Amino acid sequence: MAADLLVAVCLLTGATLVLVSALGLARMPDLLLRMHATSKATTLGATLILTAAAIDFSAIAVTTRVLAIVAFLFLTAPLAAHLLARVSYFLGIPLSHHTVLDELAGKYDHASHLLAGAEAPAGTREAQGPTGQSARR
Amino acid sequence: MNPNPVESAALTMLAISATLAVWRLLRGPSLPDRVLAVDTLATIGLAFIAVQAMVAGRAEIIDVGIAMALIVGLATVAFAHFLERSIRPPGEEGEDGR
Repeated sequence: MAADLLVAVCLLTGATLVLVSALGLARMPDLLLRMHATSKATTLGATLILTAAAIDFSAIAVTTRVLAIVAFLFLTAPLAAHLLARVSYFLGIPLSHHTVLDELAGKYDHASHLLAGAEAPAGTREAQGPTGQSARR
Repeated sequence: MNPNPVESAALTMLAISATLAVWRLLRGPSLPDRVLAVDTLATIGLAFIAVQAMVAGRAEIIDVGIAMALIVGLATVAFAHFLERSIRPPGEEGEDGR
């Protein structure tokens, strides 16, 4: 009985999360915001639904498979989101007109796709001292 | 074999989510938008498979999800990788010889 209740709660919470993230995917104004809505919420929603399945079957074989799927999801979803966001920045996908700050603007070398100053040896930032830090802000 | 009310509600919400993702897939406007829509659609499909396994009472259906989770994540990574390589100007391929 308690297990049934737990299954129902996990299932409905997961489905609601997936629905909310799909709403975000459809309604958000630019790619990075859509990614923000989907990449985390969908992963958590699918994880909750898989957990519900694991509790419902309550068998070692199913639980192991669910753990494997969740591990794959948690490994690949952030990686995919990061790479997609990175390539969209290089492609110059326009940001929403509500954007107030693009901290990466002008810092990427568009030929080599490296951040400006990425090759600088460690320690140069600290050498500037506290005045350098306040000047950067 | 018929879904109970909770499973019906979950399946309905997932179906609405899939519809929204397909709408984004068709509308675009850019290629990364469509890749993101496919990624989301596949994760929704994964959730669908889990619910369907519960409805049918057959644990074997979850095996499909393992393959799906692997393929989809790697497909998005591969898509992003080749998209990035395609916009890099020729002659700037990097030192690793790819």
